[in-house]
Amino acid sequence: MSDIVEIRDLRKTYAGGFEALKGVTLNIHEGEILALLGPNGAGKTTLISTVCGITQASGGSVHVGGFDILEEFRAARSMIGLVPQEIALEPFEKVISTVRFSRGLFGKPRDDARIEAILKKLSLWDKRDNQLKELSGGMKRRVLIAKALAHDPRVLFLDEPTAGVDVELRRDMWETVAELKADGVTIILTTHYIEEAEAIADRVGVIAKGELMLVEDKDDLMRQMGKKQIEVQLSEPLTAIPEALASYALELRGDGCALVYSYDTRAERTGITTLLNDVAAAGLVLRDMQTRQTSLEEIFVDLVAAAEGDAA
Amino acid sequence: MNFTAIMAIYKFEMARFFRTLMQSFLSPVLSTSLYFVVFGAAIGSRIDEVEGVSYGAFIVPGLIMLSVMTQAISNASFGIYFPKFIGTIYELLSAPVNFLEIVCGYVGAAATKALFIGLVILVTAHFFVDLEIQHPLAMLAFLVLTCLSFALLGFILGIWAGNFEQLQLVPLMIVTPLVFLGGSFYSISMLPPVWQTVTLFNPVVYLISGFRWSFYGMADVPIGLSLLAIGGFTLACLAVIWWIFRTGWRIRN
Repeated sequence: MSDIVEIRDLRKTYAGGFEALKGVTLNIHEGEILALLGPNGAGKTTLISTVCGITQASGGSVHVGGFDILEEFRAARSMIGLVPQEIALEPFEKVISTVRFSRGLFGKPRDDARIEAILKKLSLWDKRDNQLKELSGGMKRRVLIAKALAHDPRVLFLDEPTAGVDVELRRDMWETVAELKADGVTIILTTHYIEEAEAIADRVGVIAKGELMLVEDKDDLMRQMGKKQIEVQLSEPLTAIPEALASYALELRGDGCALVYSYDTRAERTGITTLLNDVAAAGLVLRDMQTRQTSLEEIFVDLVAAAEGDAA
Repeated sequence: MNFTAIMAIYKFEMARFFRTLMQSFLSPVLSTSLYFVVFGAAIGSRIDEVEGVSYGAFIVPGLIMLSVMTQAISNASFGIYFPKFIGTIYELLSAPVNFLEIVCGYVGAAATKALFIGLVILVTAHFFVDLEIQHPLAMLAFLVLTCLSFALLGFILGIWAGNFEQLQLVPLMIVTPLVFLGGSFYSISMLPPVWQTVTLFNPVVYLISGFRWSFYGMADVPIGLSLLAIGGFTLACLAVIWWIFRTGWRIRN
């Protein structure tokens, strides 16, 4: 897969001395959905803003489709669509005219059929003649997407597309993103909702304190870093873990009714078989058993905590 | 040049003007009529002719300049300040357009609106006084250049302003006094000698004088100096805007 966006050692220090980006290097593959995860103030929006030309970098380089974003800004920016985090729209403007404006601004000739297709795809066609101030929050966000798509970009940046959006709308947004991907658009979205990255991303990047902690294929990430837990539920509660099971580092939960064993899915021997044998040998009667995989959220929290530990 | 983008910005800005067309049209007609009632009829009847021109007719170029300058500034400053205020400027900054194209779109639209209002006042004035325009081409050139240069100044102001008060402060505290004291309603020769010298430091004097010359062939300062002044002012504004976009001052973080 070729790289459509290449970010090299990107740095941004704000006037006050705050270092928002500390040398980020990142390649974005054509056609993928990359989720950038990070807590508030991690540098996600600064990264996007710099690539899109809203913020000036203090150092490093960015190429989009092989074009330098400074030297060849016209070619580079023509390929990019940006959906900002804040809903920013002219309140008295009509939906269709604001979308037409965006297309014109990017130097594309007027194309009513294309605008109609975009508005229909985003379920905005019926509202095309409404003033923007009349729309709901979810619709306004879709108008922002329509504006970003109006010039047929190949790369779409979505900055916190579902911040403050209810569950149903969030799922709609995920569907829209999946459809755009099917149309061949490369999508980079920032979020601090782990479930969002888990649900739609191909790859996940984690940013904390202006540094890219990792970029991994989402499934690999979860496999590699994912720990699994097995919970053994007992018929009779225990007051303490039996001596015979002391070597397993078990946890006693649920008022002594459950034993929890953590293991590494990558290990050759997980130790499950011997554990279960030893549980039987200790005379414990099993009532039920379940396994659970670590979520991306737990991985994320660990990574960010580690970054903050380093910083401190 | 990305002409499609320039036209997109221009049309978008003009749409704002057309949405409030009645207001844009009626307000200058009403204020001009009021000026004529007060200065032309009530006070003007007690003032002699100024260098052979009736006082009512004498103030027409000054009145047009007053409106054109304030309108060009307020339209252009609002045009660029509003996207900054509501956040839609992100689109402008991320679009494949350079500073010249952005300026052409916004300043072009603001200058068009000001020109329209200037012409409306000219037509309105025609109903009150006998107008003669000795140099129509020069009159149009002065009018267009004034619209453009003050729209450029307004654009700078809109980028500089951090809030609505600042947006209104410069037109109110600087431009209006300069225009009123720039010979809109009087000839400089009517002032005491000391003030005649002081007033030559007011750049607006040169614009109004040149504009009045295109009507009645009389000027407070040589016409060449007037042209130089407006040309220099336009270039200075362009240089400031070029610097703003080069450094990202008050626009890019």
